[in-house]
Amino acid sequence: MRITQGAFSFLPDLTDAQIRAQVEYCLGKGWAVSVEYTDDPHPRNTYWEMYGNPMFDLKDAAGVMAEINACRKTFAGHYVKVNAFDSTHGWESLRLSFIVNRPKVEPGFELRREEGAGRQQRYTTRSYATAKPEGERYA
Amino acid sequence: MPQDLAERYRAGVMKYAQMGYWQPDYQPKDTDVLALFRITPQEGVDPEEAAAAVAGESSTATWTVVWTDRLTACDMYRAKAYRVDPVPGSPGQYFAYIAYDLDLFEPGSISNLTASIIGNVFGFKPLKALRLEDMRLPVAYVKTFQGPATGIVVERERLDKFGRPLLGATVKPKLGLSGKSYGRVVYEALKGGLDFTKDDENINSQPFMHWRDRFLYCMEAVNRAQAATGEVKGTYLNVTAATMEDMYERAELAKELGSVVVMIDLVIGYTAIQSMAKWARRNDMILHLHRAGHSTYTRQKSHGVSFRVISKWMRLAGVDHIHAGTIVGKLEGDPNSVQGFYDILREPNNPQNLQRGVFFDQPWGGLRGVLPVASGGIHAGQMHQLLTYLGDDVVLQFGGGTIGHPMGIQAGATANRVALEAMVLARNEGRDIWNEGPAILANAAKTCAPLKAALDTWGEVTFDYASTDTLDYVPTATPA
Repeated sequence: MRITQGAFSFLPDLTDAQIRAQVEYCLGKGWAVSVEYTDDPHPRNTYWEMYGNPMFDLKDAAGVMAEINACRKTFAGHYVKVNAFDSTHGWESLRLSFIVNRPKVEPGFELRREEGAGRQQRYTTRSYATAKPEGERYA
Repeated sequence: MPQDLAERYRAGVMKYAQMGYWQPDYQPKDTDVLALFRITPQEGVDPEEAAAAVAGESSTATWTVVWTDRLTACDMYRAKAYRVDPVPGSPGQYFAYIAYDLDLFEPGSISNLTASIIGNVFGFKPLKALRLEDMRLPVAYVKTFQGPATGIVVERERLDKFGRPLLGATVKPKLGLSGKSYGRVVYEALKGGLDFTKDDENINSQPFMHWRDRFLYCMEAVNRAQAATGEVKGTYLNVTAATMEDMYERAELAKELGSVVVMIDLVIGYTAIQSMAKWARRNDMILHLHRAGHSTYTRQKSHGVSFRVISKWMRLAGVDHIHAGTIVGKLEGDPNSVQGFYDILREPNNPQNLQRGVFFDQPWGGLRGVLPVASGGIHAGQMHQLLTYLGDDVVLQFGGGTIGHPMGIQAGATANRVALEAMVLARNEGRDIWNEGPAILANAAKTCAPLKAALDTWGEVTFDYASTDTLDYVPTATPA
C-alpha cells in the first residue's frame, strides 16, 4: 500500500525540481520550512522526529534542499516530510506538508476490532512495521 | 429633535421619524450593533419614515405612543435609522442603516439578536419588502460568543491535512439506502482518496435506515479506510432529530464510536445550533452545518436575509463547517457574493468590500474561522476554477462527481484527489492555473486513468444561469 498522508501523495513521487519549486513557494510566503522523519507512520502519530529546528532564518531554497537531501540520505528507509510553518497571528500552524521520501516497501496497517455490546466495535489501527523496534522497521 | 416632552408623549399615533427613530446626525458608537436593510416602502411612504419604522419595530416602538417609555432610558434603547441611500439601479428601493445600542441584546444569544432584528418588523405593512443585507457586530458583542467549536486551524491539525482544500462527497442516493449499502459508499469514497463523506440533510432515522445502523456501518467504513490509506478520515454523521434530547443521544454515540465530526441542519434553529456547538467544543468534535432551508429567505434580493448575515450568525453560533456556495456548480451563487461569504467565514477580520457585498468593517476579536463547504454540481474538470475562486481553506464536495464515476466510486474519489493535488502543485509552482488548468488536468490524467474517465464524462458540463442574488455595487470602468 501507499500511505497517502501529506498534500501530494496521490501524484507520482516529486522530483527534486518539483520539491524545490514548493520550497520556493513557501519561502516566498515567509513560512519557515522544516524536515521531519519517522518509521511509525500511524495516521495519528503527530510527532515525527525533527531533523533540526524549523529553518526560520534560511531564505535560500538551495540551503533548504541540502537539508532535505541530507535527511533523505540519512533516513533513506524512513518516511520524510517537508513542512512549512506560518507564524502569522490567527494561524500559527502548518500551511503545507508533503512527503518526500518513503520506504521501498510499505506494509500498511492492520485494523483490529474488539467486539462490544450492541454490535459496537472498538477499532485500533496498528502499523505492521511497528512490531519491530524503532530503526529496524523498514529495509 | 428638540420637542416638548409632554407633547411628544401625548396619547395617539405619531410618525416613527418624529418619535426619534430617524436621526440623520447620529454618529454610531463602536459598541453599537449596526444593521443595513434594503427597504421597499409602499407607495406614498417616504424612505426616511420607512427606515424609522424599521428601526422602531425592531427595537422599542409599537404603533402608538406609550407613556411607559418615560419609565426607561428610551433615548438609548431606541434604535436609530441614521442613513438612507437609494439602491443603485433599483428604483423604489433604499438602503437603510440602523444603529442599536449594545444593551438591547442578551450576551451570546443568536435567538435574542434575531428576535429583534428579523422579528415582527418583516411583516410590517408600510413596507412592500424588507431584506437584511448586512450587520456589523461590535467586537464587544462578538466576544460574548463561543465561536466555532474547532476552527479551521485546529481542524487541520487534528486531521493532519495541510496545504490543500479538503475533499468530500455526499452519499447518494440521498434516501433509500440500507445501512449496509450506505456504509459501502462511504468506504469506497474514503479509500479512493476523499477526506470526508457526508450524510445528506434529510438523512435522519427513517424506515429504510435507522440512525444507529447508519452510524455503526459508517464507522466501520471510516476505520477500514483509515487503515487502508494511513490517513485520518471522517464522515459527517447527521444528528439532526426532533428534540435536543434525541440529538444529544445521537451525538454521544458518534463520539463513542470515534467519529471526528457530527453534522446538523440549519432548520434545527439557532438555539439548537448553539447548544450543539457547545457540545462539540466539550467533546472535541468538528461540527458540520448543512444550510438546509436558507434559500427560502436568502435568495430573493428584495425580501429576506442575505446569506452574508447568516454566515456571520453561524460563525458566532459556533459551527465549524457551513455550505457557502460553489460559484461554478448547480446552485445559486454570484462569484463576488460567494467570495464575500467566504471572507466573512474565514478571515481574522473583514474590511468593508462593496465589490463583494461586505458593507461594514467587521472585527472578529480572535473568533476562530469557519471552513466553507462547496457542494452541488461540481466535478474534477472545474478544479482550476474552484481553487482560484475558493482558495485552500474549503471543503470541495463532489457527490455525483464521485459516486457517478463510470469506473466506480473509488475511481471517482481518486480522480478528484489527483486533480486537486495536481492543481495545487501547479499553482504553487507559479503556473497560471486559470488559463492552463485544462492542460494541467489533461497532463495529470496521463498517469491516472480515473481522472481521464472523469474528464471525458464531465469535462464540458457547466451550469450557466444568471444569479438572482446579485450585488448592487458593480465596479465600472471610469472614463479617463
